[in-house]
Amino acid sequence: MIRNPQLNANGELTHLLTLEGLPADVIRHILDTAEPFASISEREVKKVPLLRGKAVFNLFFENSTRTRTTFEIAAKRLSADVINLNIGVSSTSKGETLLDTVDNLVAMNADMFVVRHAQSGAPHLIATHLNQHRQTHVHVVNAGDGRHAHPTQGLLDLYTIRHYKREFTNLTVAIVGDVLHSRVARSLIHGLTTLGTPEVRVIGPRTLMPTRVDAMGVRVFTDMSAGLAGCDVVVMLRLQSERMKGTLLPSAGEYFKHYGLTPEKLALAKPDVIVMHPGPMNRGVEIDSAVADGERSVILPQVTFGIAVRMAVMSIIAGN
Amino acid sequence: MTSNETPELPDAEATLLALVERMRGAVAFDAAFVGIYSGGAWVAERLAELIPGNHSLGFIDVSYYRDDYARTGLKGGARRSELKFDVDGATIVLVDDVLFTGRSVRAAINELFDFGRPACIELAVLIDRGGRELPIEADYVGARLAVARDLSIVLSRDNGRLSLTVEPVTNA
Repeated sequence: MIRNPQLNANGELTHLLTLEGLPADVIRHILDTAEPFASISEREVKKVPLLRGKAVFNLFFENSTRTRTTFEIAAKRLSADVINLNIGVSSTSKGETLLDTVDNLVAMNADMFVVRHAQSGAPHLIATHLNQHRQTHVHVVNAGDGRHAHPTQGLLDLYTIRHYKREFTNLTVAIVGDVLHSRVARSLIHGLTTLGTPEVRVIGPRTLMPTRVDAMGVRVFTDMSAGLAGCDVVVMLRLQSERMKGTLLPSAGEYFKHYGLTPEKLALAKPDVIVMHPGPMNRGVEIDSAVADGERSVILPQVTFGIAVRMAVMSIIAGN
Repeated sequence: MTSNETPELPDAEATLLALVERMRGAVAFDAAFVGIYSGGAWVAERLAELIPGNHSLGFIDVSYYRDDYARTGLKGGARRSELKFDVDGATIVLVDDVLFTGRSVRAAINELFDFGRPACIELAVLIDRGGRELPIEADYVGARLAVARDLSIVLSRDNGRLSLTVEPVTNA
């Protein structure tokens, strides 16, 4: 059997690359660990000394202010030293390979890499490289790779759902929009199915659905009203205009008409539905301001929970 | 002493009452009792009931402040530390079940200071088993006993009643 590169010889999490194939008890352990971390941000001294003296390198080969910032805050609240590398404008543009960049940073005694890359599989490549070179004390967190995975976003979505709904085993969850380009959707679907969510739906136009998306264990809806009926959780995805090539959509206005979440459409879901969005939001494209700022929205709590979840992930993998 | 000899353990409830007698009249009327999870938290709850005064109750989980994280990682489930009183200027009695190396107490003191600047911190423990590795002593002790280093004294709670057992040390 090929060993899961995320787990060490004892089956403990040592890198976080994807939620796909991650055992349910590992996911639950992360969510349970995140819970007390949430209270640290409310203290007078918003810091615990767990990762004191550890060097965390944020390797962002693709832009993201929010994700990078939340990882930076999480690492700093654990007392780690954080070094931000904006790789797009440095070594790689001089021709250095990804693994040479990594080896150089390991030579500078890096303890953890938080990696965002436009290529699917880049964090996996780094983790495998470190494992093969017996650098098992260096850990990798995937902060989003191509269309593949965004596991910490998936985990914070799971944390948010559990916070408001307690159990997964009686929920209907709909993920709406640009599933095709969304690593957030892929990570969340894997996490929800692993934790036993009985019904996961994806809603969107055919042009923004991956082929064989049903193989992930989801029900596919192209009609938003039918898809929203009876939902406990609605996760809106950002329309990733920057990744769109060709004519996947007629226009943003047309998209909003069919797949934008308005109060009228939301009324089809359960009365206690929660509305989530990974950010950044396009108001008036995938979500109406009345919903984004409405009482069913938990979009800002998601951001707060995201810090606790990232603290949990970092402190679990750095200790294994 | 070797682990072949099973030490005579005192009754936990009787030890608790002995500890209460030592603290009654000696602790400040408004001292806050802060128990270290999990055994210390149970003892602190009982002390707050049994010792007259206006005692706030708090709980502290020292997982993030331990000095063995690099060796053992973050395995167990940490709990939320709850100090619902103002730590600044407070008189605090830190409460633990068993005082051994003093490392948990060191971690707890560090954590308390991240909530504020207490006026003073005292230490109350149910059992002092010796074996200190840090210059830390308890102000109030229920019972003292000598136990081999490879044994651990475990406090349990069943229907509110406390009891003590001896177990071999598990190297997590």
